[in-house]
Amino acid sequence: MQLNNRPYKDWHEGLTIRGVMEHMRFTWPKLVVKVNGQLVWPEDYDTVVLNEDDDLQIIHLLGGG
Amino acid sequence: MIQMCNVPRYADADMEEIRKMQEAHEVLKHVDYTPQDLYHGYTDKRLKIDLSANSVEILDIPQEVKEKFIGGKGYCLRYLWDATNPDTKWDSPENAITMSAGPVAGITQYAGTGKCLVCTISPMTDIPIDSNVGGYFGPFLKFSGFDVLELTGKAEEDVIIVIDGNKGTISIEKAPLEHRDAHVLGEELTAMYAEDEKDRKNVAVVCSGSASEHCNLSMLNFTFYDPKRNVVRLKQAGRGGIGRVFANKHIKALVCHFKGVKANLNHVYDISILNKDGLKFHREIATLDDKQNAMRKSGTAYSLRTLSDYDILPTRNYKYGGTDKIDEMAPEVWQNKWLTQGGADGCWYGCSMACAKTADHFLLKTGPYKGERVCVDGPEYESAAGLGPNCGITDPQAILELNFYCDTYGVDTISYGTMTAFLMECYENGILNKERTGGLELTWGNVEADLEMLHQMARNEGFGKIAALGSHKQKEYFAKMGWGDMAFMNDIAMEQKGLEYSEYSSKESLAQQGGYGLTNKGPQHDEAWLIFMDQVNNQIPTFEDKAEALYYYPMFRTWFGLLGLCKLPWNDIVPADNSLTDEPAKVPEHVDNYLDLFYGVTGTKIDRDDMIRQSERVYNFQRIFNIRLGKGLRKNDAIPYRSQGPVTEEEYLSRQERYDGQLVEQVGLTPEQVKNMTLQEKMDATRKHREAEYERLIDAVYPKRGWTLNGVPTVAHLKELGMDLPELLEVVEPLQDVQP
Repeated sequence: MQLNNRPYKDWHEGLTIRGVMEHMRFTWPKLVVKVNGQLVWPEDYDTVVLNEDDDLQIIHLLGGG
Repeated sequence: MIQMCNVPRYADADMEEIRKMQEAHEVLKHVDYTPQDLYHGYTDKRLKIDLSANSVEILDIPQEVKEKFIGGKGYCLRYLWDATNPDTKWDSPENAITMSAGPVAGITQYAGTGKCLVCTISPMTDIPIDSNVGGYFGPFLKFSGFDVLELTGKAEEDVIIVIDGNKGTISIEKAPLEHRDAHVLGEELTAMYAEDEKDRKNVAVVCSGSASEHCNLSMLNFTFYDPKRNVVRLKQAGRGGIGRVFANKHIKALVCHFKGVKANLNHVYDISILNKDGLKFHREIATLDDKQNAMRKSGTAYSLRTLSDYDILPTRNYKYGGTDKIDEMAPEVWQNKWLTQGGADGCWYGCSMACAKTADHFLLKTGPYKGERVCVDGPEYESAAGLGPNCGITDPQAILELNFYCDTYGVDTISYGTMTAFLMECYENGILNKERTGGLELTWGNVEADLEMLHQMARNEGFGKIAALGSHKQKEYFAKMGWGDMAFMNDIAMEQKGLEYSEYSSKESLAQQGGYGLTNKGPQHDEAWLIFMDQVNNQIPTFEDKAEALYYYPMFRTWFGLLGLCKLPWNDIVPADNSLTDEPAKVPEHVDNYLDLFYGVTGTKIDRDDMIRQSERVYNFQRIFNIRLGKGLRKNDAIPYRSQGPVTEEEYLSRQERYDGQLVEQVGLTPEQVKNMTLQEKMDATRKHREAEYERLIDAVYPKRGWTLNGVPTVAHLKELGMDLPELLEVVEPLQDVQP
């Protein structure tokens, strides 16, 4: 599985988007999430299960600076 | 939680004392003038005051200057160039302080439209510094008839300069009795020049503080009067030591009085455009801010915990990117315990973002105002991060006290925080000790020593004199005294071009290393804040991607400074459907709002490319200004290794898994090779790789910006921009073929 175009080493059966967020400590709330290019809405983060060959994008929108 | 409705009003100043102060004024120069009305955002007038000659001139701004430099920072740099020469130093009489608000500044329909830009040749970098600031002075200056103010020369004794935009008067007055510290001086001059209590909101003051006579880190405070609290608020043009230049000219303060702010003083081209976009944007803030950054509740300090979570919050002089004590200064702590909620906390009329938070009736525990209850503006994110975790401090009480004293003494919180972090690491490594600091134990988190150093700095006493030099000159001093190894200090002192870094740990983002290193004024994040795009999102993985970002964002962000706009409403709130756009990071809808504002105010229609082009002209002008003053080449864009990677063993070991992994993934070693390397070998290999990557980045960025590999704008590029001005060609032509 790829996360933001980098190999994601901690994939396991049943891994959800929420699981990735928790593992990565992605605590920022303004996110754009896409699985294989398809937008996923926040209410589905707990239920969408990721496959081993999925391309996951979790884009943080943070103004900063 | 402290609600605005429960905050007692602050006490009035003693008017009898103020009368005595005013009676002691001696008018050195008085000029009557007819204020020029604004037309489409401009007065086309420049106010030039020479303090050596006590002369006041009102000059026309030529059309060519308007077209090429737009306003704000563009005007500031243009007239700073004209006032100075290649040998001008920060304390030369001809060095100018220039201030300009920009054509959109002063409108009240859209958020973040009251910014003033300030430029001078910096005592820290010896090149132009630019700093942007809120408060009312910039718009009031425009409404009083001037697009730009230029201050040159030096007064013999402390003076104040008073502009009354209603009466049409300008005076230079000796002012011997007023206090120096900003929270006191701001109150005194506001009360002095207001006709009555209701009129205080019509007075704006610019001043520094008691540290400014001897401290390179000194800034300028810009005030605005807060009628609900009955207190003068302070915003800062913080970076680069502008306050030191101000004090060196013996300017105690500037005062601008203007009564009659209303919706269309700019006499804009089409106010309906501003009304439409403004209304849409205010609704966006009202409905989305609580769900997004909650700027209205905790200001920019909202991001402290997030940056710690992502290993970006500078901790202990940028050794680490976060602290396990971050909950002590989390957003809800600021909101629930310290910062007043529910106030109209905009630093200019009409700003519904309202991020200028305050800690009200804050009890001071140290220093000359010990025991007093004061209004503390902030802390902004940068102040909280720099004064806090970067020095090992996470107690909000301590951060607020440091923030207050920095502000009132006129000390830049960013430089002070980063510089103190450097001194603490010097102390940790024996470069400093109790004997050398005059008894100050500058250990991590020692708030008492930190505050005492700040007080000494303001009094020009003891180790405070050394602190007042700033990191760059401290390194030279410590090496000269035989206290420390210069190579090590060069690695750990987070300064470049003489300016201390702002508060982001860039080790894991090559693009952000460039975002700091490839700036004109020194390592301030306002040109390019790419750290999440790069480090977390991995949206700009190739050198070409990073170069494009390091071209687009600095140019885009420069535009705010030309127009008199705050950057925060651009992307600290975004439309609900922003994520569906092609380039969410650019917040396309808000960019279009800005194009609308420019058109609505000036009547000139521009597109996104024109916007970048406007900035590019000024950006290249500033680069050439640096070269004219002996910097601005590739060698000057070198950065300290602490900003690139782990300097010490403890840093490497703290993220060993990451660094070892990168030796395999990025350097190309095998896991077996890495396993057999000593720690020092691994650190050396990491350093070699990262330093080479930075050079490759420069090789990609400079051509994208139209520069030679030595960092010099090419003649062809200047021609393309319409900036092949003779004075610029004179600087760059001899350097076109010089190799780095």
